Amino acid sequence: MIYPMIWMIGASFRDNNAEIFSSIGFIPKNPTVQGYLDGWNATNYSYGHYMINTYKFVIPKVLGTVVSATITAYAFTRFRFKGRGFWYGLMLATLFLPQVVLNVPQFLLFTKMGWVDSYLPLVVPSFFACDTYFVFMMVQFMRSVPKELEEAAEIDGCNSLQRLILIMVPMVQPAVVSSALFQFMWSSNDFMGPLIYINSTRKFPAALGLRLFMDTETGFQWNKVLALSIITILPSLIVFFLAQDQFVEGISAGGVKG
Amino acid sequence: MQRTSWKRFWKANNGYLYLSIWLIGFFAFKCYPFLSSLYYSLTNYNLFKSGTQFIGLGNYESILNTPKYVKAFVVTFQYAFMTVPLKLLFALFIAYILNFKLKFINMFRTIYYIPSILGGSISIAVLWQFLFQNEGLINMVIRLFGGSPINWLGSSKYALFVICLLRVWQFGSAMVIFLAALKGVPEDLYEAAAIDGAGRFTQFMKVTVPMITPVVFFNLITQLCQAFQEFNGPFVITNGGPQGSTTLISILIYQNAFKTYKMGLASAMAWMLFLIVAVLTAVSFISQKYWVYYGDEER
Repeated sequence: MIYPMIWMIGASFRDNNAEIFSSIGFIPKNPTVQGYLDGWNATNYSYGHYMINTYKFVIPKVLGTVVSATITAYAFTRFRFKGRGFWYGLMLATLFLPQVVLNVPQFLLFTKMGWVDSYLPLVVPSFFACDTYFVFMMVQFMRSVPKELEEAAEIDGCNSLQRLILIMVPMVQPAVVSSALFQFMWSSNDFMGPLIYINSTRKFPAALGLRLFMDTETGFQWNKVLALSIITILPSLIVFFLAQDQFVEGISAGGVKG
Repeated sequence: MQRTSWKRFWKANNGYLYLSIWLIGFFAFKCYPFLSSLYYSLTNYNLFKSGTQFIGLGNYESILNTPKYVKAFVVTFQYAFMTVPLKLLFALFIAYILNFKLKFINMFRTIYYIPSILGGSISIAVLWQFLFQNEGLINMVIRLFGGSPINWLGSSKYALFVICLLRVWQFGSAMVIFLAALKGVPEDLYEAAAIDGAGRFTQFMKVTVPMITPVVFFNLITQLCQAFQEFNGPFVITNGGPQGSTTLISILIYQNAFKTYKMGLASAMAWMLFLIVAVLTAVSFISQKYWVYYGDEER
């Protein structure tokens, strides 16, 4: 199952294509980091430049998602206002709305606003709770928090915003962490978003940088390509290993309770 | 008097204060694009040509009359109906095995989960291209067992299958969901079945599967939605080729919208895709009552 990835790591430390395709063992005979060194500087910008670009939009996006999803879920779980059921139904319906249908008009909208070739089209929607999946996940968690805690706080004179920040957020902290982690993974691996909106090489995130490298590379040296691929997913991989339990918990909660 | 009614109004509706963020996002980035793409789909809108006209169902007609486009729909169906069942079967099978309280279960769970969590990354698509090269790992293994190597990515017969495998390999998140559901099946049901003389397989078919149907349903819907929108794999690995055998609808939409800027035509394709997914989802929801078992209902 996981062997292809191990083989990939081994191959990235090999010298050239002939050696890569010579055996199915993964330990290179003469390990070398030449692939990494050559790949790093292969395009006009160093690969580090692309990596930094990636996190220039990933980090705001994660923040925006967490804050807006928490607030929206709070509105849905703790307030009884007219039309609540209607809006909640609509929100759930957007879970099934394919992004493909929205791409063209969103592109035209962002073109009109002059946002194309900046990170704004990738970041701004997440500040308005557009990643519905996270709202849904947060609602599932908030439902299980006992109301009595907030009622007690209300008697003590807390307004709704104070209750959200002081009571609710600490109670659903695992969900907040899960949302942040998932959004981090998904948006740092996002390919289509940047492909549509980012045109200038200077602003390319790693996903586009990698593709640019593959397109410009003559002779296709796999050790370089694989080295850059590994660098691209390395941050995600590290985050995953540090927080694997949160991932499993988050995905199970979204699926089973739903 | 005035003040109390205002107070009552405020008390009944102050939730909207918190909901407003989502409402703005919904109307600006979901509702408006959704409806306007329906409108664009009825025009011959091209970003770099003036004189946009309303052409009714013209785009839809030309899609249905262009063999290249029809083929893309067929390929998309083939892709989805190969990928989704295979992926769910794998996920359920592995989850079932992992559920036998093996040692190192957490380690296995993690290992099987990694491909899913990184799956969307272009790096994984690159890895796939690498594995299925003519001299790649897959053909090496085939040679080792004495078979003759296959031109995976160059033949229109196998390329789609390779793209499917990439998604099937990412069965981890479906597996984690199955695993959580399997843990929730009460132990005494198995014991009762065992006393009645049911073997492992019968227990699985008659106890396990019925008990976890809600989760099967959830996974089915999410995977179907995903499969019909697949883009990265075919775009990076084969770029739709060879001979259009891996040109999924999403690739055609991308090419028409962002390469030739035929926004009207692309919107029509997107809407057809949306309608297909909507119908399939609706059918699944309606069929629910025949096969999905929710614990709280009477039987």
